[in-house]
Amino acid sequence: MEGQGGGYMFDLDLWSEIISALKKNRMRSFMTAFGVFWGIFMLIVMSGAGKALENGVLDGVKAFATNSAFFWTDRTSIPYAGFQRGRNWHYETADIQYIRDNVKEVEYLSPRLFGNEQGGNNTIRGERTGAYQVYGDYPDYFKIDRWSTNKGRLINEIDMLQERKVCDIGERVEEVMFAKGENPIGQYLKINGVYFQVVGVIHAETRINIGGGKKEETIIIPYTTMQKAYNFGNVVYFFSVTAQKGTKVSDLEDKLKVLLKARHKVAPEDLQAIGSFNIEKEFVKFSALFLGIQVLTWIVGIGTLLAGVIGVSNIMLVIIKERTQEIGIQRAIGATPATVIKHIVAESVFLTVMAGYVGLSLGVGVLEILNRILLQAGDKMFFRNPHVDLTMALSALAVLVVAGIIAGLIPAKRAVSIKPIDAIRDEG
Amino acid sequence: MIKLNNIHKSYEMGNNSLHVLKGIDLEIEQGDFVSIMGSSGSGKSTLLNILGMLDNYDKGSYHLAGNLIQNMSEKKSAKLRNDMVGFVFQSFNLISFKNAMENVALPLYYKGIPRKKRNLIAMEYLEKMGLKEWANHMPNEMSGGQKQRVAIARALISNPKIILADEPTGALDSATSYEVMEILKDVNDSGITVIIVTHEHDIAALTNQIIRLKDGLIHEIIRNGELKEFKKNLIRGLEIA
Repeated sequence: MEGQGGGYMFDLDLWSEIISALKKNRMRSFMTAFGVFWGIFMLIVMSGAGKALENGVLDGVKAFATNSAFFWTDRTSIPYAGFQRGRNWHYETADIQYIRDNVKEVEYLSPRLFGNEQGGNNTIRGERTGAYQVYGDYPDYFKIDRWSTNKGRLINEIDMLQERKVCDIGERVEEVMFAKGENPIGQYLKINGVYFQVVGVIHAETRINIGGGKKEETIIIPYTTMQKAYNFGNVVYFFSVTAQKGTKVSDLEDKLKVLLKARHKVAPEDLQAIGSFNIEKEFVKFSALFLGIQVLTWIVGIGTLLAGVIGVSNIMLVIIKERTQEIGIQRAIGATPATVIKHIVAESVFLTVMAGYVGLSLGVGVLEILNRILLQAGDKMFFRNPHVDLTMALSALAVLVVAGIIAGLIPAKRAVSIKPIDAIRDEG
Repeated sequence: MIKLNNIHKSYEMGNNSLHVLKGIDLEIEQGDFVSIMGSSGSGKSTLLNILGMLDNYDKGSYHLAGNLIQNMSEKKSAKLRNDMVGFVFQSFNLISFKNAMENVALPLYYKGIPRKKRNLIAMEYLEKMGLKEWANHMPNEMSGGQKQRVAIARALISNPKIILADEPTGALDSATSYEVMEILKDVNDSGITVIIVTHEHDIAALTNQIIRLKDGLIHEIIRNGELKEFKKNLIRGLEIA
């Protein structure tokens, strides 16, 4: 027999009794355990997946200034102030200066020039060529859309002032234009026919992308250099702003539109002439989405957990019949009701905890495997780092233990309330 | 040993009250071998429940070995049951997932006796029942007679003063029934009071005293001398048949 040596401690004896009872009632133990296992397993996987989706999406946007707006121009749609409709117009450098000086609600302002107009392979270094997005940006741009430096530094104010021919390059640009192990800092790239010195290799913190293309295939050069080197003159195609604290960016967006329309003789009611985009709106949508996902996770999670609990109680109630007789016999030969209840509850709790633990481990295991697969797929997935809130997992387990106690207690109480002789005569 | 005085028992059935025992007066001496007979509904099971401290009574008094058994807590009655009474049931009622030895040892588990020791004692009792080789068999691997012998061993292991047997031969063929009765007779010979509930006359005839219940009252008690007459008549009846 198992458990030799455990004879002197009543508790050990209790446990070996319980374990042998569970072992010899495999089906009943398994059915009970499975309900709990499934409840916990589903809860873990569900909440992990929900979290992963949230992580995936939020990782892509969280470094982006939420109070930012973007402006570009389009043809006018209404004739105004002597101009016909369909006029092509652009912002000018003077507008930027004017806004900086006169609109106090603006925190950062960064105009952008797009330098890849000609298409094809625009970047050359020796025998290596590539087609990249080339942007002329103000250093303030990095405060709106965060980038981190893998090597070197970001474009700064001095580059701007001195109109230095320097550039920051994305990771993919480094991979293609330089040999493995080669340090790109200080090297030169010929971009659209002009040589620029690489001062930094940069990594995009966000996946919000203005201007299209892939962010790792981007080259950023100082705005002023871009203006001069490629003869852009005073034209500004695009700019981004962030609002000061306390100002709603959509209010600022409206204000700037009115102002710019007035400065460029565009009809105030012309909706087509100024294109703009306000990231705050998108964030509100995101927040609502994640709130929705979280609520859903909780609803489904609690539902599954409840199903597990109900499953346990149900099975406990089903097995009460065979237990009734068993308990009757035990009582007739000297078991006190307390002993009987202790046994059943201990059995039930033991099963619940074991099953819960297995469900927890397996759920976490599945998430871990998922995580590995996702990591191999890189960080372009909108599903990343699935993990479980430990508090949530533990409280779920606690709920199950309590449920296990109740699930054991109800049939035990009922069984004990039946007279032993009746219980014994109850032919299963 | 056992002294019942004007025992009443009713069961509440919704709004109705079913008066089962209507004043039982009974005395059973230490070492007696008694059978309780009666048609179904006569109250014999209820009486056995009360004797075995598995149920309370409403009125009267019940003394067991000098102790008044009344309104005891479940814990206390379980303890007394464990010390004083061994049960044998019609359908054996072994725990199906325990082997013969473990079944026999179970009462000692509730007394807190360590596993090794109680299993050793259980083996002794199984040996007495001639079931030593069956110690590791599960109940469903044994015949009815063997199971009942295991059950008797289980009833005996806690050294009870009384064995209460509820239809101990009800599920057995007649040959096995007599075997079991033989064992119970041996048990009785060792000084233990044996009380069986049965509706079989030939089984009842093997005991020293027959108590007939009818409608919640003792209808008649057939004692030793008369019992011999009863037996003679029965045997005569059998021989003619």
